[in-house]
Amino acid sequence: MNELLSLLKQNARETPENMAKELGISVEEVKSKIAEYEASGVIRAYQAVVNEEKLDHSLVTTVIEVKVIPESEGGFDRIAERIGRFPEVESVYLMSGTFDLLLFTKGQTMHEAAGFVSAKLATMPNVTSTATHFMLKAYKRNGIIMQSGGEHERLKISP
Amino acid sequence: MSDSKSLRSRISQHVRDIPRSGIRDFFDIVSSRDDVISLGIGEPDFVTPWHIREAAMLALERGATSYTSNMGLLALRRGIARYVEKKTGIAYNPEDEILITVGVSEALDLAVRALMEPGDEVLYHEPCYVSYNPLIIFARGTPVAVETKMENGFRLTRAELEEKVTPQTRILMLNYPNNPTGATLARADVEEIAAFAIAHDLIVITDEIYDDLTYDRDHFSIVSLPGMKERTIYLHGFSKAWAMTGFRMGYACAPPELIEAMMKIHQYTMLCAPILSQEASIEALRYAERDIAEMKAEYKRRRNFIHASFQEMGLPCLRPEGAFYAFADVSRYGLTSKEFALKLLDEQNVAVVPGTAFGACGEGFIRCSYATALDEIKEAMPRIARFIEKL
Ligand SMILES: Cc1ncc(COP(=O)(O)O)c(C=O)c1O
Repeated sequence: MNELLSLLKQNARETPENMAKELGISVEEVKSKIAEYEASGVIRAYQAVVNEEKLDHSLVTTVIEVKVIPESEGGFDRIAERIGRFPEVESVYLMSGTFDLLLFTKGQTMHEAAGFVSAKLATMPNVTSTATHFMLKAYKRNGIIMQSGGEHERLKISP
Repeated sequence: MSDSKSLRSRISQHVRDIPRSGIRDFFDIVSSRDDVISLGIGEPDFVTPWHIREAAMLALERGATSYTSNMGLLALRRGIARYVEKKTGIAYNPEDEILITVGVSEALDLAVRALMEPGDEVLYHEPCYVSYNPLIIFARGTPVAVETKMENGFRLTRAELEEKVTPQTRILMLNYPNNPTGATLARADVEEIAAFAIAHDLIVITDEIYDDLTYDRDHFSIVSLPGMKERTIYLHGFSKAWAMTGFRMGYACAPPELIEAMMKIHQYTMLCAPILSQEASIEALRYAERDIAEMKAEYKRRRNFIHASFQEMGLPCLRPEGAFYAFADVSRYGLTSKEFALKLLDEQNVAVVPGTAFGACGEGFIRCSYATALDEIKEAMPRIARFIEKL
């Protein structure tokens, strides 16, 4: 991948000055490339990676496998987009294998999450079946280890 | 006999004569403090790639807990032969031209000991890795340092070598890419040095442990030149490019007579390198390129960052082309390297290594390692800038 993008993926809050130094290019160049990425939609958003376990009231994450009948025109795209419009749905992916769409949703409680499936998702005309899994714990998210037990430390000075 | 003074008198004179390492002194001071940002670390901050660690665990599960042949596992030597040939174009026979050692550290010691007669002179360039001078003395040889200079890009030139060579000179030790300066050599430089070695009939011990870590051009090995395989002991290991320092894995490639001589010492003093580390290294060679490329890309960004920051502060520093060190010139501040490093530690909690740890001509310099996370380097640079502003 492009080096500037991989820097931003590691830390989107890095200053253009620092990134310019790392990449050996000018600050202006960094700024204009970022502007280009934003304008063309390569960069869609900047978000914080939150360790939900550290919060008092963590949200319930649900992973849902969905089987759908594709439409003769548009295939899976239109139904996937419709599902994606529900605010509780965080991600929608088209998958190969035994089901078609994989959803990640967030809700306040398990009840609420189950309610979304039975009231909104399962009743959609093209949805033929769903399988709902509740996420118990996140160990790694977006390439970042969420909690780890005492890492080994190097000597502070060595030859 | 029991008091420490008389015990000291029992210690071999040539061991007593070697001063305590400057690195160890400094280590004690730094270790006594909290919250230090250390740019003083000579090993990768990356953990060994997971698939290599897993190979070591698998070997342990399978019960690989025995000795290996003195030379090391043949499968590993074969892998090394392929790897070295790809880099240097030189084919070593895994049966009798490759010896697996406990780090390049042991290989350096074996090479020097296997070749040395008392009083033989060894040429090496300073500033250099801390062990070269003491190893020569332990082997009862005479170390002869050739100073390399920042204005020459810390390259070793034939003219400087010719000044120091004598009829007693037997060995030339080389280390490029260099610890502590980050210097590399161009092919033309290497050709000059090879011609010198041939003219004076020297054996070359070349420590190429950082050869995978170059950022602007590929490393060129002296062993690749005609007539050099016959007189070269080529040393390499897994510590740096694979981030495997704790595995303690190195190797020597050389003509069979020299490997046999080194093996003689190795078999009685070390027996063999640890089998788990050898198993892990076999795996390391399988996916060598991908692992190294990822870490190298990160080192390069840090190199760029640290060098650009020094330029911004007005600290003269050779743009490092290899290894993971920047060797900055702080002589204008009227402090010795050690005073500078101590004061920087005291006032800004940033640890660097005084240049004198790498030889007398390192006076006036500090070594800043960028084998440290960028976040820490980004925190350390403004601290150094604030520090020198006040000097
Ligand atoms: C130039 C050089 N040679 C050899 C070594 C020792 O490496 P090993 O871990 O293989 O013993 C180092 C380690 O810092 C080094 O910088």
